Amino acid sequence: MGVRRIQSLKEKSEPFGTSGGFARSRPPPHTPPLKGEGGIGVGALPWYDTSKRGVVMDASHRPWKVETRTKASSAFAVAAAIVVVVAILAPLFISRGLLQDLFFILTMLTLAQSWNLLAGYAGLVSVGQQAFVGFGAYAMFACVILLGLDPLSSILLAGFAAALLAIPTGFFAFRLQGAYFAIGTWVVAEVVRLLLAQWKALGGGTGTSLPSGTTRDMIGVGLVGDLFGMRAAHASDVVCYWLALLLAVATIGFVYRLLRSRQGLALAAVRDNQEAARSVGVDARRVKTYVYLAAAFITGLAGALIYVQKARISPDAAFSVIDWTAYVIFIVVIGGIGTIEGPIVGVIVFLLLQNMLADYGSWYLLVLGLIGIAIMLFAPRGLWGLIADRTGLQFFPIRRRLSGGPISFTTKGAPHG
Amino acid sequence: MSLLDTIVQGVLLGGLYALFAAGLSLVFGIMRLVNLAHGDLIVLAAFLILVLVTALGLNPFVAALVAMPLMFAAGWLLQSQLFNRTLGPDILPPLLVTFGLSIVIQNALLEGFSADSRRISAGALETASLKLGTVNVGVMPLLTFLSAVLVIVGLNQLFYRTALGRAFRATSDDTVTAGLMGIRPHRIFAAATGIAMVVVTIAALYLGTRANFDPTIGPARLIYAFEAVIIGGLGSLWGTLAGGVIIGVAQTVGAAINPEWQILAGHVAFLVVLLIRPRGLFPRAVD
Repeated sequence: MGVRRIQSLKEKSEPFGTSGGFARSRPPPHTPPLKGEGGIGVGALPWYDTSKRGVVMDASHRPWKVETRTKASSAFAVAAAIVVVVAILAPLFISRGLLQDLFFILTMLTLAQSWNLLAGYAGLVSVGQQAFVGFGAYAMFACVILLGLDPLSSILLAGFAAALLAIPTGFFAFRLQGAYFAIGTWVVAEVVRLLLAQWKALGGGTGTSLPSGTTRDMIGVGLVGDLFGMRAAHASDVVCYWLALLLAVATIGFVYRLLRSRQGLALAAVRDNQEAARSVGVDARRVKTYVYLAAAFITGLAGALIYVQKARISPDAAFSVIDWTAYVIFIVVIGGIGTIEGPIVGVIVFLLLQNMLADYGSWYLLVLGLIGIAIMLFAPRGLWGLIADRTGLQFFPIRRRLSGGPISFTTKGAPHG
Repeated sequence: MSLLDTIVQGVLLGGLYALFAAGLSLVFGIMRLVNLAHGDLIVLAAFLILVLVTALGLNPFVAALVAMPLMFAAGWLLQSQLFNRTLGPDILPPLLVTFGLSIVIQNALLEGFSADSRRISAGALETASLKLGTVNVGVMPLLTFLSAVLVIVGLNQLFYRTALGRAFRATSDDTVTAGLMGIRPHRIFAAATGIAMVVVTIAALYLGTRANFDPTIGPARLIYAFEAVIIGGLGSLWGTLAGGVIIGVAQTVGAAINPEWQILAGHVAFLVVLLIRPRGLFPRAVD
């Protein structure tokens, strides 16, 4: 809903229109809370007079608008579109090894965005997202091995399976508050791991592999192979990579849309002050449940996709707290929690560190942990927070600003509000 | 194995879990800090005892006595230099900092001691057993359980009979007012974490002498400790012992039915309690 006209405000603005620059030093006397989607947030936001942009000449023809777009974000949208197009074409000119690295990074970005949505926006610090990675992966294996479905449709089913799992796990985890929620989700993930390790048809505790040729016969692989003259194994990597790209872009799009919607405002309100939000009618529990289910769905899809590419599963690997939660937490914390840009920055740092420290085994995690602690202590809003504070850049702006009318007043919310 | 025997073994195992949990419960009760590195600190203490035993040739119990002041100092430093900076209304910083610490400790131990399984040798005590009525009880499990009871009695005495305990309770109830009465909350917190680390050392002694350990088993100990605290109810140390016993019995009964179900049965017992009594069996703190 990038730009929105507000009729009731337009009428109010007309008396101002004739007075031109005179009104410049005055903030708008009273702004009624906006009806509909903007109802909770905008009315409560403090006003700042940032009329540096000067007086709008022909004010009577410009209606008030609520918008979130900024110059930087418009430029970024163009740049992002170019990056996505380049990324789609990338398999044509990069090596297979690099393609697999990019696949890994894109899936990590997806996991990071969904964890960030949970922890950074909904205040649900989960240490148990590996439950949904593993369950999604196992659901995909079950669909392929036991039901004989195509891996692609199995991935989608796995997403729904993970969301279904989130209903009972959420029921337990939501009984625990704050920090206890964190360990509660971890216990749930352990329980799911131990239960799936009992599933003998999928290899029990030692795990199993996809039947050979499964990924080569996947929908689209033959087409890609014929089109680009690639061997089947390479073509299936390309298809997986495109899916990972699609998933990452769709996740970012979903999170961005959610945050700009009515639910997003409710989420920010609940995070900033749960009691105040409830007093104006926000159902905190429902909003959090919705986010928890959505994050489970995305995480399940990502888990299934990761394991289509790996083609071999075991309970210990699929439910690894290090691989699917610790890395993800560090990516988000280092990049900047509570922003969409943060996980993107974090994943780039993660990639650089991994390349630098790849030969040092556990030193890598050690350094990552130390950086994470240092960031949390000295720059709790992460690297992106530091950049945004210095430059004021916002690539995914979610603050609503009121513009148009006689003078362009700007509203600014709390940080990432 | 008879049912009675299984249950007795489970109760004694519960003593070990109560020892894991007592430190966690103490720290949470006083400063509402959930230390996700708790399990890794237990493993760290076990390695410290192992080093003392192998390098100086000490008896494990003496080594634990030597390790206690060292761990106390480590806890004091951790709290005053690290955790105190994260305390506040926001739950994110303490959670993420302690989670980071957990990963750091695990990987530092992996670097220093490799991933090999270790064990602290307790000599003849390891295999010694007593005949109590119809059941045979190992001396080490019995010592573990008695230590857990002693630790909880000791902590209760500390809480309700000493000036430091009064300061603990005052800070726990209202940090700001306690500060006005001349208590320095950050020092109190440091002392609490120091004491928690002494309990952790005792837990580590039994962890290391009763079973194999390696640098990666910390998180699982954290989960057992957490479950015991939640089952028992926040703020109740005797409840924590009861919680440990419930998990211990569930595990041994589960293992008696099918060895693969041991760990799962403990978790299921926790979930059942969470379902029926979300605030635990003996809740005291209101949170």
